[in-house]
Amino acid sequence: MDFKDSPQEAAFRQEVRDFLRRELTPSLRREITPFGPVTDQREIVDPSPQMRAWWAKLRERRWLAPHWPREYGGAGLSPIEQFILKEEMALARAPVPGGIGLNIAGPTIIVHGTEEQKRRYLPSILAGEVWCQGFSEPEVGSDLASLRTRAIKDGDDYIIQGEKIWITGGHRGRWMILLARTDPEAPKHKGLSFFILDMQAPGVRVQPILNMADSLEFTQVILDDVRVPRENLVGEENRGWYVATTTLDFERSFIGEAIGQRQAVEDLARLALEHRGSLPPSLRYELAERYIEATVAKLLAYQVAWLQKQGLNPNREATQAKLFSTELSQRIARTGLKLLGFYGQLGPGSPRAPLNGLLTYLYLESVKDTIAGGTSEVMRNVIALRGLGLPRV
Amino acid sequence: MDLGLNEQQQMLRDFARDFLEKECPESLVRAMEEDERGYSPELWRKMAEQGWQGLIIPEEYGGVGMGFLELAVLLEEFGRFLVPGPFISTVVLGAIPILEAGSEEQKQQLLPRIAQGELILTMALLEPSARLDAQGVQMAARPQGEAFILSGTKLFVPDAHVSDYMVVAARTRQAADPTEGVTLFLVDSRSPGIKHELLKTIAADKQCAVTFEEVQVPRASVLGEVDRGWPVVQRVMTKAAVAWSAYLLGLAQMDFEISVQYAKDRIQFGRPIGSFQAIQHKCADMAIDVDGCRFITYRAAWALAEGEPDAELWASMAKAWVSEASRRVVAHGQQIHGGIGFTKEYKIQLYFRRQKMAELMFGDADFHRERVAELMGI
Repeated sequence: MDFKDSPQEAAFRQEVRDFLRRELTPSLRREITPFGPVTDQREIVDPSPQMRAWWAKLRERRWLAPHWPREYGGAGLSPIEQFILKEEMALARAPVPGGIGLNIAGPTIIVHGTEEQKRRYLPSILAGEVWCQGFSEPEVGSDLASLRTRAIKDGDDYIIQGEKIWITGGHRGRWMILLARTDPEAPKHKGLSFFILDMQAPGVRVQPILNMADSLEFTQVILDDVRVPRENLVGEENRGWYVATTTLDFERSFIGEAIGQRQAVEDLARLALEHRGSLPPSLRYELAERYIEATVAKLLAYQVAWLQKQGLNPNREATQAKLFSTELSQRIARTGLKLLGFYGQLGPGSPRAPLNGLLTYLYLESVKDTIAGGTSEVMRNVIALRGLGLPRV
Repeated sequence: MDLGLNEQQQMLRDFARDFLEKECPESLVRAMEEDERGYSPELWRKMAEQGWQGLIIPEEYGGVGMGFLELAVLLEEFGRFLVPGPFISTVVLGAIPILEAGSEEQKQQLLPRIAQGELILTMALLEPSARLDAQGVQMAARPQGEAFILSGTKLFVPDAHVSDYMVVAARTRQAADPTEGVTLFLVDSRSPGIKHELLKTIAADKQCAVTFEEVQVPRASVLGEVDRGWPVVQRVMTKAAVAWSAYLLGLAQMDFEISVQYAKDRIQFGRPIGSFQAIQHKCADMAIDVDGCRFITYRAAWALAEGEPDAELWASMAKAWVSEASRRVVAHGQQIHGGIGFTKEYKIQLYFRRQKMAELMFGDADFHRERVAELMGI
């Protein structure tokens, strides 16, 4: 057992640190806090010029898509190198690239896409085109495989008819990865296909949904006889479920989140001392407990990275990391508001709001963390059924 | 990064598991609850043959010369099998202070015999105030010629009644700063004036009230320096907290495994109860808690083994987390087992009762949260 880097890992870590020391300007760092971006603008906005410059530097270094193979513009980093890169970027409070294009659409196209699809879409993802994901539907949440949106073959095209919801960035998306039903007669997992849908095609209607934190992040997208050419089918027809659930070979430890959470607790401790002077023992213990939990989150992330380093598939462990991390975000937000007392009800833009209401915003915003990407209940089902082998019926 | 055991650690773990499966069955664990000594001299001797009492004692003193990480590996297995007896008392509370502060002569005299399994040691630290800080050490040791006279009561002293020596923390000077003026003594447990009284504990382990009535201790028995014993106690407490974390990890891991198996086997409403989500979600939470226990315990043991500057923080984070996570695990274990788990006859209660004892040992979650808060600067 050794929690230190191997010489090779240490050398890579140094390389990342050198890069960050050179390229990460303090003002860029200030655009991000562990609680999220400091801004009154709750809509997904165009990145600032300096943020664009930062992406460009990462792209040049191939670290915009560190998990993609080199031939497609990625860095081809091993999972453990990706882990170190994420850890160091989080420690430096550097803005981390992400999104559906880089993390889901790109890797899926790399594994299942045709040569033509790779040539056409991968460079545009690296160039910053926004992608969104059309999986959930108004009637279909956790039971995703029962989705109803139809894709009916019409000559060389498919005609898409249905509604998709909780589409993050749908109002800014240029492309959507879409799951739709091509065979209504087949068992539910076996009649789905995976498409790339042009969000500018006729029949696509995007309706913004305001969330309870007053933030415009996600949308509902109505697909009314939208024509999708056959060449936009990813993988085989009726194999879409398996395309969507392929375990993509990239780092999935939640290390960035864990580091951010520890920074958040440290910031909270500082804020608490400024705001209240001294703390009663109950709050001291609570802050210490959050700090310990963030440390456990980090170690659960290390477990995932270590298994991936050995070429193993850490399905249960990555699910545990997601579950623990997202529930912890909510506890941290709760502790934050508790520290602020009456001031904790003051939202962004209010007079006298500490940190311009950021913690209040986070308290509301983090509610979605245990729902998006699989609810905590589904995560526990997965751990129990697939991880522990408990019986289904 | 390598979170797995190396070859030597793996061998130690596999051997310990096989050995304890045979030598420390549930029947022995139960028998030792009733036994006044609380341990099996035969098992003690067999463990010494494996070199376990001398695992972390350097070879020059007749030990095996392994490190604290290997001790954690062994103690995890001890927790798995609920090994009863004075092992942690002897190795962690006895040998470690001698290693940390003993004179060459004390080391030569005692460590080889500890490694051989000939001696049982313990530490007499707590008093009726049950405070784990320096303020809690009030028992007086007053100099008299070439000796010290110890008078007072020590409480919650594990295995004192079967011990050959006790490391006794006593106050030789009242200072404004309570961390000054504490002296450690290596006291022959059979000295005139010492009386033991066995307490009846939740885990049926053997903890004693030990009274010292004008006990004369020769000056040569001072361990380390007079008045400067507290830092040694602190270092021992840090290691003891991690040692108990490792024991709790093994205990929680085993309770979890037994409970998941029970959930698969027990049929109600015509189906295994493990097919109900109410049970599945408990099992999932147990899995996370056990993994958390594992990695924070080994991270702390590693920090101690490597002599990392923040080892104390890691130790307190470990004991704080493990103390509560292991309690959540055994509570779920009881609930999953239903009525049978609540009987004395069934094994799961053995884990439930011992968890509480080990949770308290060398600081519960609040005690260590306070230390973490202090080290965080809040």
